[in-house]
Amino acid sequence: MATAELRRLERSWVEPHGLVARLGTVDHKKIGVRYLVTAAVFFLAAGIEAALMRAQLARPDQNVLDPEQYNQVFSMHGLTMIFLFVTPMLSGFGNYLVPLMIGARDMAFPRLNAFGYWVFLGAGLFMYSGLLIGDAPDNGWFNYAPLSIQPFSVGPNIDFYAIGLLFLGISTTVGAVNFIVTILKLRAPGMSINRMPIFCWAVLATSISIVFAIPSLTVATGLLELQRAWGFHFFDTAGGGDPVLWQHLFWIFGHPDVYIIFLPAVGIVSTVIPVFSRRSLVAYDWVALATMATGLLGFGVWVHHMFAVGLPQVSLTFFAAASTIIAIPSGIQVFAWLATMLKGAPVIRTPFLYVLGFLVTFVIGGLSGVMFAAIPFDQQVTDSYFVVAHFHYVLFGGAVFPIFAGIHYWFPKITGRMLDERIGQASFWLVFVGFNLTFFPMHIAGLLGMPRRVYTYPSGMGWDVYNLLSTIGSVILVLGTLAILVNVVQGLAFGPPAGPDPWSANTLEWSTSSPPPPYNFAQIPVVRSADPGWDGLSEPSDLVLPEGHQTPATMPLDADLAAALEMPSESLVPLAAAAAIALVCAGLIADLYWLAIAAGVAVALTLAFWHGPRETGPVEPAP
Amino acid sequence: MDRATKRSDHNIGASRRRGGRAGRRAPVTIGVFLLLAPIVAGCAENDQSTLSPKSSASDEIARLWWVMLIASAVIFGVVLVLLFVAVLRRRGPESPPLSSGRGGLWIPAVGGIVVPIVVLAGLFALTLRTLPKTSPASASATGLTIEVVGRQWFWDVSYPGKDVRTANELHIPVGVPVNVEVSSADVVHSFWVPELNRKIDMIPGQTNRVTLEADQAGTYRGQCAEFCGLQHAHMAFYVVAEPRAKFDTWLARESNPAAPPATPELERGQQVLLGSACVYCHTIDGTNASGKIGPDLTHLASRMSLGAGLLPNSKGYLAGWILDPQHFKPGNKMPGTDLSGSDLQALLAYLESLR
Repeated sequence: MATAELRRLERSWVEPHGLVARLGTVDHKKIGVRYLVTAAVFFLAAGIEAALMRAQLARPDQNVLDPEQYNQVFSMHGLTMIFLFVTPMLSGFGNYLVPLMIGARDMAFPRLNAFGYWVFLGAGLFMYSGLLIGDAPDNGWFNYAPLSIQPFSVGPNIDFYAIGLLFLGISTTVGAVNFIVTILKLRAPGMSINRMPIFCWAVLATSISIVFAIPSLTVATGLLELQRAWGFHFFDTAGGGDPVLWQHLFWIFGHPDVYIIFLPAVGIVSTVIPVFSRRSLVAYDWVALATMATGLLGFGVWVHHMFAVGLPQVSLTFFAAASTIIAIPSGIQVFAWLATMLKGAPVIRTPFLYVLGFLVTFVIGGLSGVMFAAIPFDQQVTDSYFVVAHFHYVLFGGAVFPIFAGIHYWFPKITGRMLDERIGQASFWLVFVGFNLTFFPMHIAGLLGMPRRVYTYPSGMGWDVYNLLSTIGSVILVLGTLAILVNVVQGLAFGPPAGPDPWSANTLEWSTSSPPPPYNFAQIPVVRSADPGWDGLSEPSDLVLPEGHQTPATMPLDADLAAALEMPSESLVPLAAAAAIALVCAGLIADLYWLAIAAGVAVALTLAFWHGPRETGPVEPAP
Repeated sequence: MDRATKRSDHNIGASRRRGGRAGRRAPVTIGVFLLLAPIVAGCAENDQSTLSPKSSASDEIARLWWVMLIASAVIFGVVLVLLFVAVLRRRGPESPPLSSGRGGLWIPAVGGIVVPIVVLAGLFALTLRTLPKTSPASASATGLTIEVVGRQWFWDVSYPGKDVRTANELHIPVGVPVNVEVSSADVVHSFWVPELNRKIDMIPGQTNRVTLEADQAGTYRGQCAEFCGLQHAHMAFYVVAEPRAKFDTWLARESNPAAPPATPELERGQQVLLGSACVYCHTIDGTNASGKIGPDLTHLASRMSLGAGLLPNSKGYLAGWILDPQHFKPGNKMPGTDLSGSDLQALLAYLESLR
């Protein structure tokens, strides 16, 4: 490649320095890192909340927290983990990695991407502002009516929940749309859909689920806020409403959301296993199809959260059957991973250890999950600590372990430095032992009849020892998490240089420097198999596209080159739009309707300016 | 005291039953049971365990659990073995990556499709077989109906047609299927007596049913299982299963109005009560106290607990509760009452007379 061409490319993509440029950046890597860091901060907050709960429950009849504090803490713990940590964390990985993995130079809608991050940050801060004034949501993450409405909830607590989730839904939705278009349109030439990394399949499945699931949450929280603020009657029987309506609307979102959380995490697993097993994934197409099938089937199981509601038996059996069937795609994936390891020659490194930890915990969580399809057993243990144990095995085991694997795996790519292997392995064992000691005893406490969401419990129920074990485990888990933090900090400061490809990996992000340049790839890669890093055939093309912010667009299935797209550069408009929406929310929560209306007008004006007609660069035909 | 002794009695039996069941199965399950020994030991301590069933319904669910546990343990064991084989059988770190070769498909085909379909079909069949045994019996097949209304945070219990209303305590005859109709006066609660049957939600505007049939006399603890606000943790109750004759005596006594005060002190206690704010929330049948917000007190002294399973029903706790209920159960609807020492003594004496 001509040096002059490369110099032109670098000039086109150089970002101006300074605060304004930082705030206005649309670089998917910077936005991705922001998501990762912000989500990690929320994770620490949720961890502190968890530690408070475990302190309160360490012994019977304690008063570390009063009931209202406990209810706020457990509600914020769940809301934070689900909405402000796992989903945005995986969004962060997706943002950083999807363009790199598919050989693109940015997300399809870079400004929308920046907007999505700012909205997420705003919504997170908005929900936490409730905690600062002592009025955080206190009705759990599923927030059942009518406890969420007057006269049972009088403070602004639930308004922080409803408005906060409406706000956050914007971020999740635009992020999902962006991922779908990016994955379908911006793959490098030759990366036909059956050569796409499984992680991208997972992000695609998750994003499609988000697009169909979030509207149900938006409707639920919208109706809730209408009832709370303006006296509508959707959820109270006295006014002709129905409390069960909330449960349906919430779980139509809520169960797919479990897979929204879980799928990108297993996408990380499917990425890490082949690399450390030194073999490409066995049954690639089955795993890809299983991923999509899980996303789809996830919409047919929500009633298993409502087996004790008193619904007709025919509904119960239908949803029990669906809940049984959804185990099959997960089974296919687990055995495809095992087969890959059996056929390969595994090399143990920290990322792989976390994946092994994932496998052990996720299989336990999956098996206890299938049990909930057995209706009478579900009706016996639902809303007990058995459920708390189960979903932590699925969500912590199934999502947080892969996230930790991903942090250790991609840290060299993102920072250009290696983490310390010994601290990494020590952190794994602390996390693994701490996790199991915290959550395994909860199965037993639940079977012994301990309901969930109790701020205290009497002694003499046989629950004391299991709760004490859980609390001890949580201390170890905290130590493990701190060890990861220490490793990251020391890695940033002293980590040895990683080089472009420290793991000899098979996907495209490792074919560029660590950290990657703003344009990701100097020459657009051409892909000839599902393992471009290993096949010895996939090579960078001669295509540079040095002018402006350009990236190639390809056909959705076959990835034949279709056009060179002009991508937008940095802009403050996304931040302004997000800030204006935050002001709408602030106005609504403070009952300052003039502020909400004025900010609403500002939102409209910002969006009009953002999308207004302007001179655009030509879309070049395929070279 | 006498409850405690009885408790350990049936639980020794429970442990023995489990042990026997384990002995009949493959040796691998013995290990599982060793792991689970603490669970069985745990049963010895409470009356709210799903693993010490005292009815055929709960027994069916517990059986379902043990079957699922054994199946899960076997599957988990297989996965773990495969995992160990895969990881410990290393071929040296420098082996070149293999990107070709399609072998190994049979592993996900067998492990991920064939075996799960067989196992899950079996599980579904088992579910369908168990379901009718835990579902509510038709009202005509039951011998008694009890209505329970959940309230923040106690259980309002009545026996329709029997003129009986009480709180936080259900009495049922042993061996008789009892039709329990549940609803809620405020938020969603859930009615759960693990030793007798699965739980059923109590939803405002909706009446749900569950059948309780105790195999043996005893006291079984229940607790609200759906988060219902500040004092969700302190919303427990007891089901007292008694032989038919004893139950009939209880029912007959409970259907009477409160006994008129028999001594001047009791007379004074009644006057204290009727002259205080108590009457706005509590009912004492046979007096002017007819509030419906709090628990019915007509036969308060016959009950086991105060504050929905929170405190033993003794004179000392009753005094503490009346003076400062917010201390014991912060956020509950009952305000503290400021009474002189002698008024309090008279009130306590009167309440203690309400048998």
